[in-house]
Amino acid sequence: METRQAGWTHRVLMLLLMVYLLLPLLATFLYAFATEWQTTVLPQGWTLEWVGSMFEDIRFVEALWTSLYLCLISVALSLVVMLPAVFVITVYLPRWETLMKGLVVLPYAVPGVVAAVGLIRTYSSQPFDLAGTAYLLIGAYFVVILPYMYQGIRNSLLTVSAVELLNAAELLGARRVRAFVTIILPNIWPGVMVSTLLSFSVLFGEFVLTNMLVGGHIQTIQVYLYRRVGESGHLASAIAITYFLFILAISMVLMKLGKKMSGEVRG
Amino acid sequence: MKLRGRWMLLLGLVPFAVMVLAFQFVPVLAMVTSSFSKAGGSGLTLQHYDKIFHSPFYLQAIKNSLLISAWSSLAGIAAGLVCAYSISRFAPKIRDRLLLLSNMTSNFAGVPLAFAYIILLGSNGVFTLLFKQWGWSVFGGFNLYSWSGLVLVYVYFQVPLALLLLYPSFYGIRDQWREAASLLGATRWQFWRTVGLPLLTPSIFGTLGILFANAMGAYATAYALVGGNYNLLAIRIGSLVAGDIVNQPELGSALAVLLALSTLLAVCLNHFMAKRSLRFTANAASAPKPDGKRRRQRYSPDGQAAALPKEALR
Repeated sequence: METRQAGWTHRVLMLLLMVYLLLPLLATFLYAFATEWQTTVLPQGWTLEWVGSMFEDIRFVEALWTSLYLCLISVALSLVVMLPAVFVITVYLPRWETLMKGLVVLPYAVPGVVAAVGLIRTYSSQPFDLAGTAYLLIGAYFVVILPYMYQGIRNSLLTVSAVELLNAAELLGARRVRAFVTIILPNIWPGVMVSTLLSFSVLFGEFVLTNMLVGGHIQTIQVYLYRRVGESGHLASAIAITYFLFILAISMVLMKLGKKMSGEVRG
Repeated sequence: MKLRGRWMLLLGLVPFAVMVLAFQFVPVLAMVTSSFSKAGGSGLTLQHYDKIFHSPFYLQAIKNSLLISAWSSLAGIAAGLVCAYSISRFAPKIRDRLLLLSNMTSNFAGVPLAFAYIILLGSNGVFTLLFKQWGWSVFGGFNLYSWSGLVLVYVYFQVPLALLLLYPSFYGIRDQWREAASLLGATRWQFWRTVGLPLLTPSIFGTLGILFANAMGAYATAYALVGGNYNLLAIRIGSLVAGDIVNQPELGSALAVLLALSTLLAVCLNHFMAKRSLRFTANAASAPKPDGKRRRQRYSPDGQAAALPKEALR
């Protein structure tokens, strides 16, 4: 089955699927570099004007930075909190694993709108008035990426057989914390990197929570894009394509890392 | 020494517990209690639910959401099944590239996706104008900012997801079984009807659950495309809680509880079905077969993490 040539029907079908999936992307891409594009199959002329004006727009650059640092802080916070927690549960308290898994998968069953409603209800009045602040958003982001971080860290711990490694380390006289920092962390790092990048790209594309929780106060790249869609189509295309290329670059790195890791494990 | 070790363990768990409590538990609890409390005051009441189930407006929002989720999931499953079968017929190298492309487009959701469709099919969209010029009146009645347009965009983000979730289960159907069936005189159709489809059923229903929940919770795409103009549950919740005009957080909470119930139900369906399908394949895997290694890789939790729909984007 692996070596068999795919028949014509399958090839045509896949071609159709790819055209269907890539057409919107392609259109956005062309629109970002088009001078005028109406009533012709391809644009009438090409220009770099839109991309240029995008980078000249201070609000765009600001939104990009806001997105970057909010995502970075959230992912870093998640790493700091999740690494020890998942480690302790997986290695020392495996009986609690079911509970933790249930907790962690919940955000994935609760849509963003619903989560936003709860957060607004909780944090828009005293004593915890965080309405419209970055703290609230970072907390919300932390919950969004819980499933990805948990899966990534737990799988890495299991892949490197953390329990056996620790036993060996303790046998040789290392303390728990020391063993964790010098033995476990370096070993699980590549796997953790993969889930970190995945989380980062998910947060970078987040719109619902951002718009509902802090939309009026903090502009991330998604909120900015939403605001610009009505104004200039070409400019918005340029932004959308830049965003997509950025996400694509992250996915490429992710894939490379994933390949490298599975190669190491096999070898 | 031992005591100190215990403390260290606990210390590792405290930040996690605090974060989950503060940003997951308390908010969900606050939402549920708020949906049962009187507007702007205290005291238990069912008036918000009562209002929802007696208001044609909110009932229509619920109906629209359920319908669009059901239709787009079914369309996604149909396209996903055919494409997943097709993809399993390719050599691994090409297959991986095709999967990579589908995975890539599954990132293209929410605001940018709505925007791409506006460029293509909006009122001044490239295709809209082209078709008008060519005189193709078939598409004359099409309006992107309506029901048909929304379904079209929803189907777009459902198809790659369905494909990515379904294609592994096609590898559970061995070529030997097909050969055995044909040796016993079964036609292709008979094989698929009696062996293939029953094997796929759990993962089809499981995927259906995920797609349904995905569409029910989708907000960004619809919000960017039709704004508040189309009556969908997620959009109504958004405008009731964080809207520009009038905030009715209690009513919004009640709607949000209903939405959460529907997605939880759908995800539970997926969970249940995943268990069933694992039982199927676990039995199959226990047979001594050389492709056992490939199977183990496919059902590794890594694969699951990659297949988690990036729901936050929609």
